[in-house]
Amino acid sequence: MSRVTLDARRLLCPMPVIRVQDKIETLTPGTILEAICTDPGVMNDIPAWCRINGHKVIETRSDRAEYTVVIEVGEAE
Amino acid sequence: MTEQRKAVALISGGLDSLLAAKVIQEQGIHVEGINFYTGFCVEGHTHAIRKKDQKKSKRNNALWVAEQLGIKLHIVDIVEEYKDIVFNPKHGYGANLNPCLDCKIFMVSKALEWLRKKDFDFIITGEVIGQRPMSQRKETMPVVSGESGAEDLLLRPLCAKNLPQTLPEHEGWVDRERLYDFSGRSRKPQMALAAKFGFKDYAQPAGGCCFLTDAQYSVKLADLWRARGSKQYEMDDIMLLKVGRHLRPAPHFKVIIAREEGEGNFLQGYRKQFVTIKTISHGGPLALIDGEPTAADIELAARLVARYSQGRDADLVELEVVDREGSSHALKVEPIKPHEIPQEWHI
Repeated sequence: MSRVTLDARRLLCPMPVIRVQDKIETLTPGTILEAICTDPGVMNDIPAWCRINGHKVIETRSDRAEYTVVIEVGEAE
Repeated sequence: MTEQRKAVALISGGLDSLLAAKVIQEQGIHVEGINFYTGFCVEGHTHAIRKKDQKKSKRNNALWVAEQLGIKLHIVDIVEEYKDIVFNPKHGYGANLNPCLDCKIFMVSKALEWLRKKDFDFIITGEVIGQRPMSQRKETMPVVSGESGAEDLLLRPLCAKNLPQTLPEHEGWVDRERLYDFSGRSRKPQMALAAKFGFKDYAQPAGGCCFLTDAQYSVKLADLWRARGSKQYEMDDIMLLKVGRHLRPAPHFKVIIAREEGEGNFLQGYRKQFVTIKTISHGGPLALIDGEPTAADIELAARLVARYSQGRDADLVELEVVDREGSSHALKVEPIKPHEIPQEWHI
């Protein structure tokens, strides 16, 4: 299973969501995408975007001023 | 079997677009949402930079709307293309630097592009005649549909009965009788419809969703253009206009001073792009200097920062100045007195 990291630090929402969305378009189902962000809003927004677009959030974590969301890319329709 | 028709709904995150999409969904149409990010969108997160606002919901309202509807949402970054709308709005600005009519035309034209690429059938917006003084008037409805190129592919379910029939109605994809005839600024019909659908906790319809409608923000943007000698901005510029206290002591530089810790943390991310100043001897805010300051300018900026620090009443305040390359030096200054700050420095 391949793993990809996305640096979305210093971006304010919804830019991290857009970066995740655009990145996922280039990835195959099952790929693990780790988005590293600094806007705490991503802890709500990226999971919300994943729920409505068929991707799975497998982990969220925060470390000081960074927020990481780990996503498993879902099947494309 | 009848082909299921597909509509793309412009989703701002407000009540009108939520209802418009729901009305069409109820008629068995497959709906997906599209949301455009211009850089000027007012989002909870921008407010959340400031501590005092952190009790507010951090949700993104467009995503929340999509979840309520159970539809996909496509968020499109139009920051670069949108600049031309902000710089040269054919239909002019509203009360501030808000090019609302050009903005609506542009967004519908982008939705039309998306529709063609994705093979959808028509576009929905939550527009209501008379709702907004610039972009949502009886006279502007055909301007939006005409100049965007959408023509009769643009359906406004909340006020469709007050407008000529569109293609989806003409073709029988949607039943015109089950559309609405809302008009005017009253929100009561929308609230009643929201109650009928069981929607609660929707974004409150106040103040619009764009910073360009904000008088104070527009003043800061106009100042930026004046200082640069032309209408131009980058993403960082428009982000920074949302944060901190902005003072311009001279045309060639301004000081952006964090008003609290959350803003300080945010400005910290820009320390490699700007000269930064931070108090050492006392607690105080982080500040950025935007422009090309001389040594004297930096000292003046330091005095301003000291004024907004816990050392405001001290004889001297020590500050650290860090340049873009990361070299730092300490500076001891007398905090500037409030009466020494001309009102016109405050942007």
